[in-house]
Amino acid sequence: MYQGEPTLKQADQSGPRGCNTAAALAGGRIREQFPILAITVHGKPLIYMDSAATTQKPQRVIDAVTRHFTHRCSNVHRGVHKLSQLATESYESARETVRRGIGAAESQEIIFTRGTTEAINLVAQTYGRQRFAPGDEVLITAMEHHSNIVPWQMLRDEKKIVLKVVPINDRGEIDLNDYEALLTDRTRMVAVALISNALGTVNPVKEMVKLAHARNIPVLVDGAQAVGHDVVDVQDLDCDFFALSGHKMYAPSGIGALYGRADLLNEMPPYQGGGDMIATVTFDKTVYNGIPHRFEAGTPNIVGAIGMAAAFDFLQETCFEAITAHEHDLLQYATEQVSAVPGVRLIGTARKKAAVLSFMLEGAHPHDVGTILDLDGIAVRAGHHCAQPVMDRFGVPATVRASFAVYNLRSDIDELVQGLHKVREVFCK
Amino acid sequence: MSEFRELYQEVILDHGKNPRNFREALAGEHTAFGHNPLCGDKLEVHVEMNNGVIENVAFNGEGCAISTASASMMTQTLKGKTLEEAETMFRSFHNLITGNGDTETELGGLGKLAVFSGVREFPVRVKCATLAWHTFKAALDRSEEPASTE
Repeated sequence: MYQGEPTLKQADQSGPRGCNTAAALAGGRIREQFPILAITVHGKPLIYMDSAATTQKPQRVIDAVTRHFTHRCSNVHRGVHKLSQLATESYESARETVRRGIGAAESQEIIFTRGTTEAINLVAQTYGRQRFAPGDEVLITAMEHHSNIVPWQMLRDEKKIVLKVVPINDRGEIDLNDYEALLTDRTRMVAVALISNALGTVNPVKEMVKLAHARNIPVLVDGAQAVGHDVVDVQDLDCDFFALSGHKMYAPSGIGALYGRADLLNEMPPYQGGGDMIATVTFDKTVYNGIPHRFEAGTPNIVGAIGMAAAFDFLQETCFEAITAHEHDLLQYATEQVSAVPGVRLIGTARKKAAVLSFMLEGAHPHDVGTILDLDGIAVRAGHHCAQPVMDRFGVPATVRASFAVYNLRSDIDELVQGLHKVREVFCK
Repeated sequence: MSEFRELYQEVILDHGKNPRNFREALAGEHTAFGHNPLCGDKLEVHVEMNNGVIENVAFNGEGCAISTASASMMTQTLKGKTLEEAETMFRSFHNLITGNGDTETELGGLGKLAVFSGVREFPVRVKCATLAWHTFKAALDRSEEPASTE
């Protein structure tokens, strides 16, 4: 009937049979699914190693977006006409796909947001503003992204709460004893990244949740860097909130999600006011809609949600077993090869790490490294990675960061190393 | 190889590595703090004026090769200039590195600063090259607010 039939059906059919292996990913066939990898930059083939900033998009996601605009474009939850029904179906089926993708119990626990940042702000401005009293504490870690610092600081200034920070060691790890010692009878929330964007550290979130819950403290997990790289199961983590961004998991930007436990969401006041979040409105009184719609005022990013669902289907088809093994291999190879370049100092050497390699090259500022690599078509991030406190902790103004995804190859890392030698010729004579 | 040589000319590499007039502020100097929030480059520019003439200008801080070299060469260029001359140079310099204005005219008045012409191919690095100049202006204004490239 319509070309845009729910994509999850296709994904289910291809299921485990269509699964990749790490060897298949290492061979690079999957790169064919990413049209952008065929372009040249400064006349050189693009070598993209900035996936922690944003991932490239597979054809499947691009097609899902195009298909929606070509066949189903309409508003959701409104109107009786056919297209509106189809758009609503696609949008709500995307919510179900996200639910399944992160292991939530019910799809009403998935709220679409603009991304991780908005998801965290939503919790701070609804749950936090409603429940926190002066002197209450929010506990974060020293490796948080600005998006998991600033929303709590804004609340601190408004509600006179206290923001406490778990320190990190020279490897870029937290110590669970330090963490536990900072949980007090005034702690009202723990907010922690599952994976640090600047250091690659994988935090022991499951243990952190256990320790917090033993004191009835809820935990918000910033999952921006985790989803798309490893299996995420919010029920297994047992967290209370989980924030994620579409664009870091092969979906478009401007879409993300907040997972919240239904019993908590039901008690929370609305975030923004507008259409879709209401049940009835008169000038005297408005009755708010139930969850998740209470938190989705206005026409949502419909095509973004559909793109994100297609990205989850892509991940399921690609297989996390293969993804994690391949990215682990890339991380190990990059760590060995880049460390061997004279003058390199790695920033972030946690024992449990995701495929993120942050480093300094002695004698060359990260921005100069970034520019010279760029001229060879190599895209890496140079900067503070929206984690200035992490830079201060390691006494550096910025780092160079190479971050990997399913489409990277060992040969990309060889090119990076060649590029670093070129930088050394210029700056480290 | 040649592409980045256009940006990273030997003079720039030299000033980036061995900045001139690189020191803390002296008593009586006007100082301002400059910050490029995008990349984290931070520097302070110190100025001593005498009857409308820039008697001394120095800087310290940390940044990339482009911002350090630009600050270093700015301090050399501005010494002995009047405020009006300094204003004109900044305008010419800005035009040169953003590719605005008539390049030949700009180059004429800039002397050694012409080595920064390669920056115009790298729009994201323009702020690196202008940070010291914005900060210099802030020091003259005795501004309490940090200078910013934003």
